Amino acid sequence: MAFKIIVCAKQVPDTNVIKINPKTGTLIRDGVPSILNHDDANALEEALKIKDQYPDTHITVVTMGPPQAKDLLLECLAMGADEGVLVSDRAVGGSDTWATSNTLEAAIRKIGEYDLVFAGRQAIDGDTAQVGPQIAEKLHLPQVTYVEKFSIDKNLKDITVQRQLEDGYETIKLKTPCMLTAIKELNTPRYMTISGIFTAQKKPIHVWNAKDIGVDLTTVGLEASPTNVFRSFTPAPKGKGIVLEGDTEAEVSKKLLVNLKAKHVI
Amino acid sequence: MNFQLTKEQEFVRKMVREFAVNEVEPLAADIDKEHRFPKETVEKMAKYGLMGVPFPAEVGGSGGDHISYAITVEELSRVCASTGVICSAHTSLCCWPIFNYGTEEQKKKYLPDLLSGKKLGAFGLTEPNAGTDAAGQQTTAKDMGDHYLLNGAKVFITNGGYADVFVVMAMTDKSKGTRGISSFILEKGDEGFSIGKTEDKMGICASSTTELIFQNVKVPKDRLLGNVGEGFKVAMSTLDGGRIGIASQALGIAQGAFDVTVDYMKARKQFGKKLSQMQALQFEMANMKTQIEAARLLIYRAADSKDKHLPYGPQAAMAKLFAAETAMYVTTKAVQLHGGYGYTKDYPVERMMRDAKITEIYEGTSEVQKLVISADIFK
Repeated sequence: MAFKIIVCAKQVPDTNVIKINPKTGTLIRDGVPSILNHDDANALEEALKIKDQYPDTHITVVTMGPPQAKDLLLECLAMGADEGVLVSDRAVGGSDTWATSNTLEAAIRKIGEYDLVFAGRQAIDGDTAQVGPQIAEKLHLPQVTYVEKFSIDKNLKDITVQRQLEDGYETIKLKTPCMLTAIKELNTPRYMTISGIFTAQKKPIHVWNAKDIGVDLTTVGLEASPTNVFRSFTPAPKGKGIVLEGDTEAEVSKKLLVNLKAKHVI
Repeated sequence: MNFQLTKEQEFVRKMVREFAVNEVEPLAADIDKEHRFPKETVEKMAKYGLMGVPFPAEVGGSGGDHISYAITVEELSRVCASTGVICSAHTSLCCWPIFNYGTEEQKKKYLPDLLSGKKLGAFGLTEPNAGTDAAGQQTTAKDMGDHYLLNGAKVFITNGGYADVFVVMAMTDKSKGTRGISSFILEKGDEGFSIGKTEDKMGICASSTTELIFQNVKVPKDRLLGNVGEGFKVAMSTLDGGRIGIASQALGIAQGAFDVTVDYMKARKQFGKKLSQMQALQFEMANMKTQIEAARLLIYRAADSKDKHLPYGPQAAMAKLFAAETAMYVTTKAVQLHGGYGYTKDYPVERMMRDAKITEIYEGTSEVQKLVISADIFK
């Protein structure tokens, strides 16, 4: 039976070009291009690598967002995914991570069968890293976050991952079905292909609303969200850095050591 | 009339832009300096379908259109004009005539490998004494019954040193003038077919430009492309399409020079002000941008006409003429706006200005474009 993967992806503003309103501390989204969230691209790439090896593999990309998030699905399909699901409904607008994971859980349940759910660690616009783990909990799936290496046995059941820690890594074995969240060290995402671009629109994209996925409306959207961003701000600049100069590398290194010791860093 | 790109065309730009910035731009200065053909980049381009953009999937192409192809060459050339012309010469000058004039057998034999980029294509028309006067072909192809015997030489052949398949023009009947020219498919390794001198050029230094030498090359009859005596028509119609490619290359060079100049002007300060705050220089940029946009519209219209199977020869000639002049104008101004730095190899505008010049010369000089355009006016 074909191996089935669900990839959770988010359309985010390109943070390379985004500006922040200094008064309100909020993002200025006008005219900012939307992109596939970086870590999600890593999740999709790993799924596509499985498909490269086992061409029967079926990849469904699921996203939640406004109607224009369909573009993100087209991009994923042009990279090689098989099917897209967009959950789009005003009722789910303004959701925090808890409400978002309720929506995505319901969408994944509607998609039905799967062996692996792969998401990015976090989105570059919110940086919470909460949605992936919450989905896993709600679907009662074993989960490993911060995956930097992945391999799967020929039986397509036994997975071995390396999980990045601040000071090292863990190697974890787990069985499908399970949920993983990817970090950028996992792989380098591929580009779309030209033929992929011209066939993407022929692949199925389903647009579902809250009713379609049967989610409890009291658990989604702004009202139902237990957390609120009450203020965001840009941290004050830390001031100028120090440039160490010297004629040789050894000399500069020495100065650096002296400085670090003086500040009790080492 | 619709001036919006389709979703697919937008995606092609996004994809090729990302590819060009990540895979092509980092090599551009080095391969220019080393005069090195970027084989590794061509392999990557092949993997993503950039070597067969405007051909249908049924013959092994990427299933795109000519606007997407123009965007592809434009975006590659925005960061590296050498890489842009490798794609353009291969696609327009070798794949297209085989696709358009080839027999079913020829298409089956050559297109899958060419369009997937496993093999590279080139085109041989120009000779030492037959440049703009393309009808003065001296390469001959003698009908020997079961094969043709080719003798002669071609010069300035783009991709020459690295190509596997060549579309070559030769005289089968000198007495008939242009109607005595026929076109043939040659393969690397054909006995008597060799690659001569590699040109040491002013610009597009990373592209391979060589002589082709034919000494009693036996070309099987099934490698005649089109009918006997149709070679001039094959060559001229191929060049009509090729002009869309080279116009796109010129547009890409102009856009690339423009973009780096915008960044430079935002950073460079003189007299206590950024260059971008000086109105005289702002106006220069406004002129440059206007020309670039005009060139783009001419090119996309010609490409759109080609996709719709409408006559596009004079449109392609106008696009190529204007885009090439725009490339020279914009890159020269870009160097000027960079001041002394622009004249050094530390900044890409120096390379871009050298690269721009060829677009006024090959695939028909600007003067030839005017011949094509005026012939259409006074027909």
